[in-house]
Formats: sequence, C-alpha cells, structure tokens
Amino acid sequence: MSELRLSITALSAISLRDGNRPILRRVSLMVDVGEVHGIVGESGAGKSTIAKAVLGIVPTQVRLTGGRIDFEGRNLLALSANDLRALLGRDIALVPQDPATALNPSRRIDAQMTDGLRLKRGLSARQARLRARALLEEVQIRDPDRVLASYPHQLSGGMRQRVLIASAFGLEPKLVIADEPTTALDVTVQKQILRLIRSLQERHGTSVLFVSHDLGVVAKICDRLTVMYMGKVMEQGGTAKVLSSPQHAYTRALLAANPRYDRPDTGLEPTPPEVLTALRAEIAAFDRGAREAEHG
Amino acid sequence: MADALLAARGLVVSYGRPSGWLGRGVSAPVVLHGVDIAIGKGETVGIVGESGSGKTTLGRSLLGLVAPAAGTVVFDGNDITTLDERARRPLRRRMQMMFQDPMSSLNPRHTIGQILTAPILLHGLAANRAAALTLVYGVLDRVGLARHTIERYSFELSGGQRQRVSIARAVVLRPDFVLADEIVSGLDVSTQAQVLRLLKELTSEMHLALAFISHDLSVIRSICQRVVVMREGRIVEQGSCQEVFAVPQSAHTRMLIDAIPLPTVDPGWLGRSGTETAATI
Repeated sequence: MSELRLSITALSAISLRDGNRPILRRVSLMVDVGEVHGIVGESGAGKSTIAKAVLGIVPTQVRLTGGRIDFEGRNLLALSANDLRALLGRDIALVPQDPATALNPSRRIDAQMTDGLRLKRGLSARQARLRARALLEEVQIRDPDRVLASYPHQLSGGMRQRVLIASAFGLEPKLVIADEPTTALDVTVQKQILRLIRSLQERHGTSVLFVSHDLGVVAKICDRLTVMYMGKVMEQGGTAKVLSSPQHAYTRALLAANPRYDRPDTGLEPTPPEVLTALRAEIAAFDRGAREAEHG
Repeated sequence: MADALLAARGLVVSYGRPSGWLGRGVSAPVVLHGVDIAIGKGETVGIVGESGSGKTTLGRSLLGLVAPAAGTVVFDGNDITTLDERARRPLRRRMQMMFQDPMSSLNPRHTIGQILTAPILLHGLAANRAAALTLVYGVLDRVGLARHTIERYSFELSGGQRQRVSIARAVVLRPDFVLADEIVSGLDVSTQAQVLRLLKELTSEMHLALAFISHDLSVIRSICQRVVVMREGRIVEQGSCQEVFAVPQSAHTRMLIDAIPLPTVDPGWLGRSGTETAATI
C-alpha cells in the first residue's frame, strides 16, 4: 500500500484581473511517496497555477477561492508565512522552467548553492561547500570546482539546469515541484535531465509533481498523469493507461494532434469541432453547478 | 539537384571580426564551415539541429540577411551572393521569411491590415489600397482568419492567430521560396497541428519551396520531404525523410532521433544513453 505525500482537494482559483474568471475548477490530485505525478495540458490549463499554489507563490492577480493542499498532514494553505517558509527548500523544492533566469546573474554558483544548505540544513560554510561539490558530482558534472567558481552566464543551459536540480534535490526535500524543467533545452540534453531527475527521485524516494505541456516527456518520466483543460481535470490515471486507452475525448484529441516521427501519416489532427463544443459545454455546466452550490 | 530553385555552395559564415593586435591573432568564430544545400521548386526541406548548430545562420544566409565570408548562393539561376540592396529588392518578393516569435516580427503600432497591405503596395502587386485589400481578404480567408482581423493589432491576437498572420504576410506576395524559422515552437500542440496543416496545404497549392528550420524532428517528419541535419556548423546528413528516419547514417542523427520522447510508455527509454556525450552539455 502506497503512502500519500501530497493531496490537493477541490482547489479552485479565479483571475482577479480578468473578471473573476475561474482558472482552477475544483482540482483534486494525489501524489504518493516516491511517485512522479505529471500534470499535462495546453496553455490556460492551470497547471502552473497548481505548482505555484503548492509553493505559496500564486501571483497577486490570482485568488485561491477554495480547497486545500495537504502535505504530510498539514494544509499548506492554512500555514503562516513563517511556517511555509520553513517548509520550502527543506521539504518542498522547485526545479524551475528557465534555468537562465532562475539563477542570480551576479553571484557565483557556490554562493547560490551554499545559501540553501547553510540556511535550511544548518551546515557551516565549509561543510556546505563540500556538500555542494558532492551534489554537482551527483548530477554528473565532471569539473565541479570550475562550475562552483562560475557565474551563471558562463554555463550552458543544460549545465545551469543541472545546478538547479542539484540545488533542489540537495536539500533532500520530500517533494520536488518541476515546472516545465526541460522546455528550454535541446532534446539530447532534455533526455539527460529527465534521466537525472528520475534517478535522483528513485534514489531518495522523492515525490515529484511534474508540470509539462509535452505528452512525450510525461510519458517517459511520470508514474501517473492528470490531464487538464481550462483549469479542470479531464482525466487521471496511470501513465500507460491514460496514453494507451484515454478515456476522455480531450486526451484523445491531444494525442491525435501530436506529431510523431514514427507515424508520419498520423498526428496533426485538429481537435474535432464536436469535441470542442462538448469541452466548452462541460466547463460551462461545471461553472453553473459551482454558482448554484455557492448560492444554495 | 538539376532543378534547384535555391542552392548554396561552400557557405562559410563567421560572426564578428578577428580580434587581437591589428586584427591578427584570434580569428572570428566560424559558425558555418562550407555548407552545400539545394532546395528544389515546390520542395519542403527541414533543417534540424541543436542550439548553436548553425541552422538559423544557414537560413539567413540563404536569404542574404547574413553575408557569407565564402561560398555562393544561387536563386533561380542567378548568383545572388553579393547583390547590393537595390539589385536584391526585386528578389525580396520572391523570397519570404516567417519567424519564431510573431510578437517581435509584427509591428505592434500597425494594424494587421496595414501589416498585410504595405508589402503588397511596396512590391506593386496591387494598383491601389482597395485592390490590395481585396488580396488581403483573399489571403485571410485562406489562412483561416476572419476578415475583421485587419482592424486588430498583433497583441490582440492569440499565438496561433499571429502565426497565421505571418503566414499570410509571406504568401500574399506569391513568393517562390519561404524560410520558416521555428515557427511552431511556441504553440500548443493543437494550434501547432492547425498551423502545420495550413503550411502543408499552401506549399502544395502554391508550388512553394519551403525551408523549415526546427529543433523538432517529429514536426519535420510530418511536413517535410527532405531533411538536413546540422551539427556545429556542418551538415552531417541529408536525404529524404523516409530514408533518414528509417536508416540514419550519422551517429548524430541517430542520437537526435533517439532523444525524442514519444508519447508511449517505454521503461527502458531513459536508461538508453545512445551515443551522447555527457561532457558537452
């Protein structure tokens, strides 16, 4: 029996900038200990908003209107800012999308990596430096001393993403949020980074919430998937099942639009109009139900 | 190729000038090392490679946007390598370009109507604004945009609509050759499918030659007849898509194909390292 690590229940959010338009519609998902859970969908699906809600960094124009996020028995949405800050980095860490902007351009890698180790793990400067070096070796960086002495601009995109992965996993968190972590990378580098995340995750028993727009990427790294459209969960299940026998028409449409080099005569199928109509009706019916429930 | 519309031979491109005392010493970085490529009339050729492989520089030098240090570019039988701006102008209509990010290639201060009519008038394809507008309506219909889009600004459109505008702007001039540089990489998969289908239809209807630069081999396989694989400023393999994908000759091509994650569960995939080198990233 697997053990639950993160449980998101009926999470709802609206955009204050855009006429209180719903952007999350009672999203529920569960991530077990040691599971890589993928959230996949197109732009506007709300997948990044979920990641931000777990990290307590939803933008000011977004308001969470309901639901809970339980991590190890505590509702993150009810925690004080101080309690949440204590969890972040130590128990919950982020691997961001764009390795170019996630690092401070004016500080060397060793300063940036040792910050977290000293503050969150209480290591001395000397211990932190040794640990940072070991972490870079763990992500297969061959010359860790050169990388530690470098500024971010002196490293390639793949190298920077390795530094960020080493930093995230280095604090031995229980949950890593990976928000499109390979979108900015070349395919060969992407494959190495995916392999790295999977091997670190397996070695440390970390749970990963993996946000991506790419069905191919989630197929290779996720144990289970949540497929989202317009802030609503369309389908959930084991990766193999969702991809090989999708239950929802939206999942089927996503797969049919995806070009595949091994099947050049398929793919590029536009979403059938009747599927789009049904999707809009599904969202509208949901919003109507939510309004009725609210007004009793 | 006998009936090549556009052919480059021995293209060498370097950026910047030689540095060091009086320009001696360190030479300028070379980004294309003698590239040969030919694109036939009506043919769609994919150019693939990783970042820094020189694919964008190759595309730009085909259009004359980058001056090569050596080599020639021949378009429809004429050497266009060293043409000056005035001599090149008549060619501009026949050779068009579409960019990755239409937000930065469509002027935010101009309406879509202005953006589409200006080049028609500039190249004398219509006698007056009314006639130009007729052509614009025709192309909007064809690319699947409502006619009232002419009153909009680029920032009011979705990413897919903006990319349709760039396609419209390129094809309304009835070019013979279009360069498309990563034009679908920012789009959602369903929008990408629509844009690629449109492009495929237009190239065949208009007998248009297309150089399609992309990092995505699945996209290239779905719309191109031939593919050119680049690495570090050199072509490592080229051929028909059918052959290259079935039996890649170069280890680099094989590595690129193996790295594409297909949307199927394959537990061994992550562990298969192919021939990649860990040191280079």
